[in-house]
Amino acid sequence: MAILIQQDTRIIVQGMTGRIGKFHAEDMIKNGTNVVGGVTPDRGGEIVLGKPMFNTVSEAAAETGAEASLIFVPPPGAADAIMECAEAGLKFAICVTDGIPSQDMMKVKRFLRRFPAARKMRFIGPNCAGVISPGIGFMGIMPPHIYLPGRVGIVGRSGTLGYEAASQMKALGIGVSTSVGIGGDPINGSSFKDILELFENDPETDAVMMIGEIGGPQEAEAAAYARDHMTKPVIAYIAGLSAPKGRKMGHAGAIISAFGESAQEKVEILSAAGITVAPTPSALGETVAKVLGMRQAA
Amino acid sequence: MDIHEHQAKDVLRRFGVPVPDGGIAFAPEQAMHEARKLGLPVVVKAQVHAGGRGAAGGVKLCRSETEVNAFALSLLGRNLVTKQTDAQGKPVHRLLVEKATDISKELYLGLVLDRKSERIMIVASREGGMEIEELAEDRPDALVRMVIDPATGLVPFQSRELAFKLGMSGSQIAQFSNVMRGCYRAFRDLDATMVEINPLVITGSGDLIALDAKMSFDTNALFRRPEVAALRDPGQEDPREDAAAEHGLNYVGLEGDIGCIINGAGLAMATMDMIQLAGGSPANFLDIGGGASPERVVAAFRTVLSDPNVSVVLVNIFAGINRCDWVASGVVQAYRELNLTLPVVVRLAGTNVDEGRWIINESGLPLISADTLAEAAATAVASRPAMAA
Repeated sequence: MAILIQQDTRIIVQGMTGRIGKFHAEDMIKNGTNVVGGVTPDRGGEIVLGKPMFNTVSEAAAETGAEASLIFVPPPGAADAIMECAEAGLKFAICVTDGIPSQDMMKVKRFLRRFPAARKMRFIGPNCAGVISPGIGFMGIMPPHIYLPGRVGIVGRSGTLGYEAASQMKALGIGVSTSVGIGGDPINGSSFKDILELFENDPETDAVMMIGEIGGPQEAEAAAYARDHMTKPVIAYIAGLSAPKGRKMGHAGAIISAFGESAQEKVEILSAAGITVAPTPSALGETVAKVLGMRQAA
Repeated sequence: MDIHEHQAKDVLRRFGVPVPDGGIAFAPEQAMHEARKLGLPVVVKAQVHAGGRGAAGGVKLCRSETEVNAFALSLLGRNLVTKQTDAQGKPVHRLLVEKATDISKELYLGLVLDRKSERIMIVASREGGMEIEELAEDRPDALVRMVIDPATGLVPFQSRELAFKLGMSGSQIAQFSNVMRGCYRAFRDLDATMVEINPLVITGSGDLIALDAKMSFDTNALFRRPEVAALRDPGQEDPREDAAAEHGLNYVGLEGDIGCIINGAGLAMATMDMIQLAGGSPANFLDIGGGASPERVVAAFRTVLSDPNVSVVLVNIFAGINRCDWVASGVVQAYRELNLTLPVVVRLAGTNVDEGRWIINESGLPLISADTLAEAAATAVASRPAMAA
């Protein structure tokens, strides 16, 4: 079953007429993802990649029955595009865009709270690789061939480090139910805890690989959730052991600014919560294998 | 993006926050002129993008023009090393000359982007002057925190509540509310990520004044804040980081000798960790970004090799939105164009990996291939000339 994307999820792409949006939409369609249309203001009525284009998200939703959107809108208009999805009643949106101002994301988070729980949109990103359920479909920029379909969930901030984990697992014959990139920005839509919750409730996921990094409070929050509410094992890795304090490491959010935000402190917090932490970034696959093996033996 | 104290004070003054009278000086004569204009005694403050200036000898109360001149001479053109800078320090090219303030009490006031509440948070304390990180660790109870709802903005009762918690009374309440409003509006309207007044002073006559000011801004929002972008002082930044940014590269210089060229911030950090676990030390963080052209890869080599400490280069690419063949072409081109002789370890995976490896193998260059992250890091560490010797 996997989480977030199913075979029949009807997906639109915002920014599908742009170079990057079009490239990845094409890859998604090629891999069997159910893309039903696209949105670019003032390009409504055109056909791109054989799919109808619309001027607004609400129009696209009404015409195609779209439930989810993948957003490739450039930074100045990205927050606006996310809020448009929520207002149009979509269930789910992912924003790939890197470089959205933090105060725009603050507004987005506040806007999403306007809706009652029943019609509240789930939002993932921004600055993320997206979501893939191998063998089912994907919304994002990842290379789909590096994932083996299977029963381990992946959630991480970094796209490429998520690829590293998936390929190490594939090399050992371990497959992935769904891989979720929550993005490297300081203010993001779904947290580690939000995604762990989905995996915990997914009957087709047996364990979760969580890939964190320096900066921010979300790994600690996820550790507490895993300790108190999860029956499935969580394997973690935290990038940035060698990162100096106060220097931003690429991701806008990857900066050690408070107590508990260094890699070492996060590793301690995770370990204390009973989570198995991979000792090195080249041992992601084997640590998952070890935990799965122990579980089988038990 | 950080700005200087005198710039932050100019910004806050525009938003109604009281700051001491002062002027900026780029030369000792100018500093003396400002002192004369303001009337002695004055405080002369080195302008660098780092805290801890006082303890490092960058701030002085001067009672005569001779003293101003001597202090200005001793600072201008030199590097100031504080506990927030690296061992080289930051260059002092300008001084802020300010009228001395009669201090009765020092408070702390800061506005930050709080990642937990995902809102702007006010942090305040009765104990100003000391570093907030230390205060937060030693005496967390001494800090008062308050979160601002972006839908309403700062509400007046919040300012009043804070003023009372900070022990204020009488006309100070209105003055503090005014300071709060100014700081919040400056933060919101200019896309700041931090506004810090430390100390916020209560003078001998009971009035509030911002004795020091620090502001940082969201680089992602500079496209709509040209007035903020204009405040940038490239002299305070690492020139290699600036040059790299112009090529779409994200570079951070570090202390080690293994140059890193990687795609993705997370993988870059993980590779640096792997180097350290293998017994080496990374010379830099470098993310080539997505869709990197061969030219961008050559620019990455130039950036990494501008650091004289680099003795090995490690290229680690897991391509999704990138293409291994483009990166490989860039590696080969860089090796030839820059006449490289140092060892270069290349690990490629993901999109177009076979084409990429073929280009590396067919080049006939002594590039060292690695298949996995672990192998790449171990090979890079073992290839350092110091190790080989």
